[in-house]
Amino acid sequence: MAIREAIRDGADKTAQASSFPLIHCRGLVKVYPLSGVEVHALRGVDLEIKQREMVAIMGPSGSGKSTLMNIIGCMDKQTSGDYYLNGVDVSKLDENGLAATRNANLGFVFQRYNLLARATALYNVELPLFYAGMAGAEAEAKAMAALDQVGLHDFSQHWPNQMSGGQQQRVAIARAIVKRPLVILADEPTGALDTVSSKDIMEIFQKMHREHGATVVVITHEPFVADFCQRKVVIRDGQIISDDQVPNWHDV
Amino acid sequence: MAVKFSILSDFAVRALKANKMRSFLTMLGIIIGVGAVVLMMSIGQGTQAQVMANINRLGTNMLMISPGASGQFGVRSGTTNTMTLKDATAIAKLDGVAGVAPTVRTSGLVTYGNQTWTTSATGTTPAVVDISSLTVAQGRFFDDTDVQSISAVAVLGQTVYTNLYPNGANPIGTEIRIKNVSFRVIGLLQSIGAGMGGNDQDDVIYIPVTTAQIRMSGITNQAINMMQVQVASKEQMDSVQNAIETLLRTRHRLAATAADDFRITNMAQIQETAASVTGSMILFLASVAAISLIVGGIGIMNIMLVSVTERTREIGVRMAIGASRQDILSQFLLEAVMLSLLGALLGIIFGIGGAKIFAFFAKMAAPISISSILISVGFSIVVGVFFGYYPATRAARLNPSEALGYE
Ligand SMILES: Nc1ncnc2c1ncn2[C@@H]1O[C@H](COP(=O)(O)OP(=O)(O)OP(=O)(O)O)[C@@H](O)[C@H]1O
Ligand SMILES: [Mg+2]
Repeated sequence: MAIREAIRDGADKTAQASSFPLIHCRGLVKVYPLSGVEVHALRGVDLEIKQREMVAIMGPSGSGKSTLMNIIGCMDKQTSGDYYLNGVDVSKLDENGLAATRNANLGFVFQRYNLLARATALYNVELPLFYAGMAGAEAEAKAMAALDQVGLHDFSQHWPNQMSGGQQQRVAIARAIVKRPLVILADEPTGALDTVSSKDIMEIFQKMHREHGATVVVITHEPFVADFCQRKVVIRDGQIISDDQVPNWHDV
Repeated sequence: MAVKFSILSDFAVRALKANKMRSFLTMLGIIIGVGAVVLMMSIGQGTQAQVMANINRLGTNMLMISPGASGQFGVRSGTTNTMTLKDATAIAKLDGVAGVAPTVRTSGLVTYGNQTWTTSATGTTPAVVDISSLTVAQGRFFDDTDVQSISAVAVLGQTVYTNLYPNGANPIGTEIRIKNVSFRVIGLLQSIGAGMGGNDQDDVIYIPVTTAQIRMSGITNQAINMMQVQVASKEQMDSVQNAIETLLRTRHRLAATAADDFRITNMAQIQETAASVTGSMILFLASVAAISLIVGGIGIMNIMLVSVTERTREIGVRMAIGASRQDILSQFLLEAVMLSLLGALLGIIFGIGGAKIFAFFAKMAAPISISSILISVGFSIVVGVFFGYYPATRAARLNPSEALGYE
């Protein structure tokens, strides 16, 4: 609890001073020991992402994008280097602290939706609330509000196999935002969708960013998806090779 | 920090419901195991109760004396006409002896009018009423006067009565013939039912022992076939047995080196033996059943391991949205315990049902003991925790990013 609050408090303070980096990586290195051969997935990444930023991470396959996102998302630990999430040194957190941080401060969206197949859309969105100890009408109301935001109010009782890929991904987004996280992390969220659905998804992220001040990090291979973002970071061979603002950003 | 128990239980219930058929098949081992424990304990205790009841009916504080030495393997040998009525009278005077019923058996044809029935007539004394727990339904039992006066009177058991008097006439005062000797019926006994070996204990006719000895056999003073001695208390069984042995050896003028020409069976010892034999039978049945419970537990572990592998991505998702390792461990452990507990409940229902069916067809009591239910439920929880723990730790050890990337 204390950690969760500590990170939250930091966020509230930085709401005024938005130059304070929400995500702060310094010299991140990740080495995977793969059957004797060491795979250097990240070779010293320095990255700062401020609150209310909307960032696209691009790069060829195997360049280390997912590896970076897993570390930022507290799902994996770096081999060396520092990572501060809202000023908190994540490497100092224990297992429970990491779980609580993921639950309270991070919202994940995956390429393959990763919804529970044997549960309704509503239940899938309620799940993060359940792990926070909330249940009953309170959880249902929050989950319904999140489904509303992604335009799936009428689909709350649908099962994943009764929905299109785009709809499933919107359920996954509702699940990611239901706890109002500090950062939404999306790893190729449009990778399995057609252009129209991809645009829908990106518009939802933009809306979250515009209306609720969400910080969004999106990994993508597609330039038109990256064009929805304000900033474009390109990675190659585990290193950042460019970091630019998008000139004609879609956002108003 | 850890998630509330009620929420975790809900996760576990949902996971089990999501695959109902598999959950049921996983439980099957526990259902059969617990059902077997409950049923076996019930049958075992029912059998024990019946055996003990039959032995009790023979009399608990009872010594049975039969003539002839006991040879190897308990086969009787030697002369068989060594016991007399006077022996019985002498034994009756010993300290601690509550009653003696000497018996002389003759079998043959019994007739009443044109009805006939082949059975055996038991010559004895009125002491048999207490010793064999007989109840007179109609009329009276013969008394000592009848024994002394060698009266030709008979008391009938229910089987003899229904066969000789098929239209249910009042037998008291009627004349029957046993091996062509005329007897007057003075009493009718209440039904007792089948004995230990399934023999009909109502297929009896009691006549005074003197009458049997003198009128029924060609020879006068026929020897006693057997004596039942009722001892006043359980504590006196051994001392009375020793006293009878000494008395009979003296009366029969046996030399110090000679073997006994009679055999004393101590019913209290038989009862103890029967209790320990049926006790170990129950233990044996229960342990065979308990083994199937362990096999059921291994079934749970097997399926839980498969389930952890299958649900690797789901575990990754749960971790990504905030489940701690403790939450994952608890959920999988709960699933295993719920499977085994639900299996135990179903097993108890089947076990009780099976015991009732057994009791109905075997026509004997099959009591359900609370202890067998508590033991099997407790054992199932232990089985669930024990065999669920390893798969649960496997689930909880997963690395979230790798679990999510799992194909
Ligand atoms: N769990 C792992 N064990 C060993 N090596 C890994 C593991 N995960 C990733 N790698 C390796 O690390 C490197 C970077 O992988 P990563 O998944 O970060 O790439 P990516 O940029 O996300 O690629 P893609 O665009 O194909 O998703 C790759 O060479 C990959 O093989
Ligand atoms: Mg990737």
